[in-house]
Amino acid sequence: MMRITSVLPWLAAFALGASAAMAQAQIKVGEFASMSGGSASFGQSSHNGTALAIDEINAAGGLLGKKVDLITEDDRSMAGEPSTIVHKLISEDGVVAVLGEVASSKSLEAAPICQENHIPMISPASTNAKVTEVGNYIFRVCFIDPFQGKVMAKFALSRGWKNVAILKDVKQDYSMGLADAFEKAITANGGSIVKEQEYSTGDKDFRAQLTSIKASHPDAIFVPGYYAEVALIARQARQFGIKVPLLGGDGWVGESLLKVAGHALDGCYFSNHYSQDDPSPVIQDFVKKYQAKYGEKPDAMAALGYDSAKILADAITRAGTTAEPQLRNAIAATKDFKGVTGDITLDADRNATKAAVILTIANGGFKFVQRVAP
Amino acid sequence: MIERHKVTLLVTLAAIFAVSRFASHIGPYYYQIILFAGINVILATSLNLVNGYTGQFSLGHAGFMSVGAYAAAMFTNNESVGVLSALKPLGTFASISILFGVALLLGGLAAAVTGLLVGIPSLRLKGDYLAIVTLGFGEIIKVVIENVDALGGARGLSVSAGYTNLFWVFATAAITIYVVLNLVNSTYGRGFLTVRDDEIAAEAMGINTTKYKVLAFTLAAFFAGIAGGLYAHLTQFINPEGFNFLKSVDIVTMVILGGMGSTGGVVFAAIVLTILPEWLRWLSERPYLPHWLGGLLENRMIPYSLLLILLMLLRPQGIFGGLHMNRKRA
Amino acid sequence: MIEFLQQLINGLSLGAIYALIALGYTMVYGVLRFINFAHGDVYMLGAFAGLYISPFVAKFLGTVADWAKAHSHLPGATLLLGAVGGDTPWTGALLVLLFAMVACAIAGIVIEKLAYRPLRNSPRLTVLITAIGVSLFLENFGQYAFGVDPQSFPDLIGDHAITLPAWFGPLTNLTVMVSQVLVFAATILLLIALWYIVTKTKLGTAMRALSVNPTATSLMGVNNDVVISFTFGLGSALAGAAGILISIQQPSIDPLMGLQPGINAFVAAVLGGIGNIPGAAFGGILIGVIQTLVVGYSDTLHIPSGYRDAVAFFLLILILLFKPTGLFGRVEREKV
Repeated sequence: MMRITSVLPWLAAFALGASAAMAQAQIKVGEFASMSGGSASFGQSSHNGTALAIDEINAAGGLLGKKVDLITEDDRSMAGEPSTIVHKLISEDGVVAVLGEVASSKSLEAAPICQENHIPMISPASTNAKVTEVGNYIFRVCFIDPFQGKVMAKFALSRGWKNVAILKDVKQDYSMGLADAFEKAITANGGSIVKEQEYSTGDKDFRAQLTSIKASHPDAIFVPGYYAEVALIARQARQFGIKVPLLGGDGWVGESLLKVAGHALDGCYFSNHYSQDDPSPVIQDFVKKYQAKYGEKPDAMAALGYDSAKILADAITRAGTTAEPQLRNAIAATKDFKGVTGDITLDADRNATKAAVILTIANGGFKFVQRVAP
Repeated sequence: MIERHKVTLLVTLAAIFAVSRFASHIGPYYYQIILFAGINVILATSLNLVNGYTGQFSLGHAGFMSVGAYAAAMFTNNESVGVLSALKPLGTFASISILFGVALLLGGLAAAVTGLLVGIPSLRLKGDYLAIVTLGFGEIIKVVIENVDALGGARGLSVSAGYTNLFWVFATAAITIYVVLNLVNSTYGRGFLTVRDDEIAAEAMGINTTKYKVLAFTLAAFFAGIAGGLYAHLTQFINPEGFNFLKSVDIVTMVILGGMGSTGGVVFAAIVLTILPEWLRWLSERPYLPHWLGGLLENRMIPYSLLLILLMLLRPQGIFGGLHMNRKRA
Repeated sequence: MIEFLQQLINGLSLGAIYALIALGYTMVYGVLRFINFAHGDVYMLGAFAGLYISPFVAKFLGTVADWAKAHSHLPGATLLLGAVGGDTPWTGALLVLLFAMVACAIAGIVIEKLAYRPLRNSPRLTVLITAIGVSLFLENFGQYAFGVDPQSFPDLIGDHAITLPAWFGPLTNLTVMVSQVLVFAATILLLIALWYIVTKTKLGTAMRALSVNPTATSLMGVNNDVVISFTFGLGSALAGAAGILISIQQPSIDPLMGLQPGINAFVAAVLGGIGNIPGAAFGGILIGVIQTLVVGYSDTLHIPSGYRDAVAFFLLILILLFKPTGLFGRVEREKV
């Protein structure tokens, strides 16, 4: 009986199709993220970053004289949920913009709905080029695959590493896209791919792939994956006496990377949005506040989630309204925004252009190597 | 008997058509949930044919759904321009209906062929072995799609048109229910039930049990394929991970919760289990909940899994089950 | 040739991991005819139990070592110091292992009591769905309780590569870690121990009797509940041991770590003829070796290495088609 009585009010709301578009003294911002399920480690990080940004905005008095209300919905890492959630956020909660998701597959489900309803959507970390191609209301603050792939390919060649092996994650479109871009860039510039191997998210044994890579005698190995697997790959590679450097992208940044890898990643290189020892106050402030609030160092997702919210706030302030199309136009006009992940300018395709930095790993920390302009 | 069912079906279809005219008055969020509920009804009733009526155990229904989804999506993505221009004289509504209908049928057929290919070898197995083999086929289908670039691989496939609407979903659901009910009451259906109730006796009576099992399996795959097509043209984006093992578990849960072999119960369970996660979302946002409980509920998989366990403990025979229980063998 | 041998070693090592997890799976199935889908997640619990207890174990051993140092005049103190001090903390590893096994045994018994026992007379499919529910619960509660990010597992044994003497010639190029040998050895040891328990002890006899006919067993004065609890406890303790041993080799643990090896171990158990203990170990090794060879020679075979996960299932389907009860399964005649 208990169950039935608690279902009733919900069913009533269901039947009426009740809409919550009440007069508001708040600006409602929607967020959808994988807070539970298989991609929760990414979803929770990006959510933490977003929530930190919204806290800061509210502590500074909100936007346009109103508090910002962040409505976060969990998509359980399951297909089908994002489209339901975004419908809820837009039609039930009446949000002015949507932030999310890390996984391109989730963003691609949500994007057509935001586009149709003319609600701007800013994805923190969906790197698949198709995401922003959905329409003129869809933005992103991360690199897209071709840029980051090119950066690392050129870096490898500049160090004289011409014969490179690739070890990519077949379950992550991020990894596949980056590997593609890297391969194109390096073969176009005189390098070559001597071996290509795949693994799946969640794998913990990479010995078969590494043995076969070792036999191809590469100058370097490109591992465009996420930190959980990269740390183990590095350990096992060193156990096999593979001494060449591993190269990677922003997915490497994570609290557990160096704890698990130990010294195995020393002398390896990866591209990122920012360097934690960059003296820029934006970055230092973010790292400090994030650590204070969550007790761990921010990873790439957290930084991108933070920037997605900050860019939205900046656009709302500049537009002076949350009405469309003024807000969309203000987001599209974002230029040289001083974000944690760099000076962000949104280009005509609504993708972020910003410089990348290349970092190396030494003495249990990341060290700045060089800066690569877009 | 059959005639009466036919009339009921036609009346239902007409009613669905009439109601769908007013679909624009339903809030988009609720509309979305209603459509998902309808798609789940198709998936669960069709799986019930295998798991409920025929007493086999398939854990790979999401695999067939994905085959249908990809086949239908590839058809509309690649052929819609040509088909629509050829059908132009018929008007937009009719030409889109034909295009989409053909896409769904193709999806269903592709899934049915896959079902046949999977079913013939694996249905020689029983019980847990069959469950694990169907699970395996589901995973293999997923891995194959992940590695085929033309289908988008792990990056998924965008579907250009969102044709799925209330009418298509519920008309298909009604037809699925009609076919399943009629089949169960036909000679074939008696064959299914015999296979379930006592396979050895059925064989002794000269019934070709493999034939019935494969038939049920293929037909279930066909409807799962159509459901996949509907799903693809609703979310307008599909990727292999969306049809993983958990999706199959979802569908099996609907069948078991509904009471295996009870179509009404399964329909009801499909609707309840579609709404349940959304209800949990609503519940976790209630301000009167203590903070820690809200936090716990925010990870919606925790209450979902607990409810799953509780439902099984409280109603192991399903909501409406009990009449056609699968006899337990020692 | 060296590359092939190395791949063979890689395969055996991966297979030993599957085999170790599969042992518990197959034992529970053998007695109860029930697929404990949550087995892989109990394995995860074991790893986390080890993670949380190991600082305390290290502290405890430190205290004991200090005490032994201070009382070196007592008989046996040097022996004690040798056991708990030094660079190779085997004693510590053993204590952590025991703790994890006990913790998992308790978890397994509790899970059986709460979730499975009430369903003992229900259709098997209902129990299977409940088990899947338990598995989902453990994974997601784990995410809530332990956090979603991977954590680094302590190196309990001072893992390092084994160097072969120079007279092995080219074979010295092979890489084998102590932890890999450990997993392999543990699989064999536990296999023998299980075989002994099941065939030579009174409880084992009761377990086997139960698997044949529970009613008759209880009529013979056996308390079925106790036997089933024991079976679950034992199976879960095996999962706990696997959690520690494998995490030493792959020192990154997270709440979803049981998923993939769980499924592979399950396939291994079915492959070997589910319920058959040596069969499960063999099935695990076979899958590990074949998966590794497919990845290692993906270019020659023209199979992308991304197909690795599908390989286990493909193999399973092939074998079941020709031998529907698995490699070593008994053919059970259905009673009419």
